Amino acid sequence: MLTIATGNKAVAAAAREARPGVVAAYPITPQTEIVEQLATYVAEGSLDADYIPVESEHSAMAACIGASAAGARTFTATSSHGLLYMHEMLHWAAGARTPVVMANVNRALGPGWNTWAEHTDAFSQRDTGWLQVFVATVQEAYDVTLMAFRIAEDERVLLPVMVNLDGFSLSHITQSLETVEVGDFIPPFRLPHAIDIAHPRGYGTLTPPDIYFRFRWDMERSMRASREVIAETEAEFARRFGRRYGPTEDYRCEDADVVVVALGTLGKEAEVAVDILRNEGVKAGSMRLRWFRPFPALDLAGREVVVIDRDYSFGFGGVITHSIRSTTGVEPYSVIAGLGGQEVTYDDIAQFVRQREAGKEFWFGVSD
Amino acid sequence: MNPLPAEEYVHKCTTACAGCTSSLSLRYILKAAGPDTVLVVPACCTAVLQGVYPATAMNVNVYNIAFAAAAATASGMAAAFRRSGRSTNVICYAGDGGTVDIGIQALSGALERGTDFLYICYDNEAYGNTGMQRSGATPIGAVTTTTPGGKTDEKKDIDRIVAAHNIPYMATACAAYPQDLYAKVKKALSIPGPKFIHLLSPCPPGWRYSSERSVEVGKLAVKTGLWVLYERERGELRINPASKAAMKRPAPVEEYLKVQGRFKGISDEAKGMLVAAMERHHRRLLAEEAGTC
Amino acid sequence: MFEIRIHSRGGQGGVTAAKLIAQAAFHDGKCATAFPFYGAERRGAPVVSFVRISDEPIKVYSQIRNPDMVVVLDASVMDSTDVLAGLKESGPVLINTAEPPAIEGHPVHAVDLTGIALAQDLVVAGSPILNTPVLGALARLGLVSKESALAAIAETFDDPRNVAVAKAAYEEMQL
Repeated sequence: MLTIATGNKAVAAAAREARPGVVAAYPITPQTEIVEQLATYVAEGSLDADYIPVESEHSAMAACIGASAAGARTFTATSSHGLLYMHEMLHWAAGARTPVVMANVNRALGPGWNTWAEHTDAFSQRDTGWLQVFVATVQEAYDVTLMAFRIAEDERVLLPVMVNLDGFSLSHITQSLETVEVGDFIPPFRLPHAIDIAHPRGYGTLTPPDIYFRFRWDMERSMRASREVIAETEAEFARRFGRRYGPTEDYRCEDADVVVVALGTLGKEAEVAVDILRNEGVKAGSMRLRWFRPFPALDLAGREVVVIDRDYSFGFGGVITHSIRSTTGVEPYSVIAGLGGQEVTYDDIAQFVRQREAGKEFWFGVSD
Repeated sequence: MNPLPAEEYVHKCTTACAGCTSSLSLRYILKAAGPDTVLVVPACCTAVLQGVYPATAMNVNVYNIAFAAAAATASGMAAAFRRSGRSTNVICYAGDGGTVDIGIQALSGALERGTDFLYICYDNEAYGNTGMQRSGATPIGAVTTTTPGGKTDEKKDIDRIVAAHNIPYMATACAAYPQDLYAKVKKALSIPGPKFIHLLSPCPPGWRYSSERSVEVGKLAVKTGLWVLYERERGELRINPASKAAMKRPAPVEEYLKVQGRFKGISDEAKGMLVAAMERHHRRLLAEEAGTC
Repeated sequence: MFEIRIHSRGGQGGVTAAKLIAQAAFHDGKCATAFPFYGAERRGAPVVSFVRISDEPIKVYSQIRNPDMVVVLDASVMDSTDVLAGLKESGPVLINTAEPPAIEGHPVHAVDLTGIALAQDLVVAGSPILNTPVLGALARLGLVSKESALAAIAETFDDPRNVAVAKAAYEEMQL
């Protein structure tokens, strides 16, 4: 069905289509429309789920873990400080192998209070064992939320999935949306280690040093297997619903000498910059990175790379810059831009490319 | 009635909604506290209505902090002030969500440890700053964006939870009675140890009434008996005369409910539970005051 | 691509107005995006929202710097906001007023949206509804088709007075 929706509404619509049994969530700007819409769906009867209005984000994730362990498909949403408040439980959800799906509306961290888009919140959770994907359009927010359930619940994965969308820039923008009937694209939820009264087990019991590492290796094995599951899922989605997704969304990269790498809405805005640069005779392309965990293999050899990091790891550098350097050996021009919702236009992005210097770091608005 | 100090600590440039009774109350609270004060403010409307950096509408130190952390922050701050010989007022000013839900752990801890501070919960009975989602303090039957059919759980009785910590002073207040609020803040700040004031704060966009009716709505809350004004000082309960009168001859609860869009269509069952809870509350308070419980 | 900036106050429906325009443009077979600039969005504070309409998919997410048209739903914001900032040369300005000011270099279109809303008693929480009548005015200016404007309104609001005020604004809009 063709309609229009904001990023938040699209996520809620997809979550409803996936038919979770339990939604436990806590409001935080700019995620609130997701939880409000889900509460409305439950109240009006179009979503048969228990909506638990928990008293904090830590409790939201705890409730999702409990629900999942008891055999229910779960969904939640948060942002920024809410994500950080559930940090301990994010580790727990992954370690407990509960395939929770969560929308994270990327937002900067305080102090000072800032409700606008930044990716540091998600990246600060990069070691938790969650899969992470970044979307850039309302349609993609819908499609990927659906795919997230199938990927998370695949027996080869059984790890939670975080769908990231830029605060305000995507969560609150209205674009066209085609909704689908998911049918059996998402198979019924079956958690192999769900609580079974007939076969009682201890979950997460005290685990000694000679065994614990094996559980961690299990998680990494699943994380590696998820690459194949993601590819299969995206291929199946394309077959059924006609829209194709991959680890990156590439624009005019085939013959590009310089590639701009960014995540989220800046990755789309970059395409406009690419067209401007091409008109100037610069063979530019843009590569919008979608999957962050597991981090994909990127085809950047032999090209100049300009990375826009909408994040920072203090005392170290841009997270994507370092991820690319360490996985490809390419030395990027690292642009730190868009922090706290800092306005970054296609003109700015074109200028980043024109002024590029491999190995240098440029703080937009600060560096000369 | 003594005149209040003329000095203003909240200037006319907050970004509060028209009719906001919290920013109104804050003026009186700070008049009572004076300049030797730090307001500790977690995520809530007050965090935003101070204004946008580099400007601020507040002429007193305001320490903004994460949502769950106000009372814990106050614990640390008060300890540091006292050990350096400063008697600076440490006042947490938090919404109901940040007190009754996500902030309750820190509040309980600070009270239990005897922190020398005043905690004021301004209660607009929902998560106002994020657009009126339900909180534990939302009354039964009230429509919020996450309870579109009306909340089906009762309002969490934070006052009894706080009272169970046996702190030296606690009180309830209402934004429509600013002189009473002023007196209670002054009293609280004169007592060492943990103090708590629960302030009913009518909210035009949240409660869905026209912004010029805020004081009227606040007065109706008291006159119907739904909100009782009292103090508990060293365990001794004193109910305000206005509430004593309301308990004897309450205005019909209907008058309070019908002014507010959030109660439109409230079920008879929910209304009944509201009234039953109120009557239980009155019985308990009267019995406590009489020393019979 | 055609870019519109809408000025209003929080609580007047300026954000919904942007969405309605996008919805109408969508019915016209165009690509469209709509979004607010979110400040501390308190009831009564000045609010800005944006609409882009194009025949091609829109990849731009940054704010509109040089609108083709400006819409002012509450003329009083003009006291504190430069509503003309960046407006393209000769870009039209649509103002909710019964008494249009003259603005040098820009055609001013005036329609008393408030009056139209009040005439139908289309008032919520003390504020007249402005976002549905403005759609009628914009249709008259050719931004979207009349049919699409009314369809967008009918899909979004149950109260039929919303369609009525849009029709009234369409008629009353002075070109």
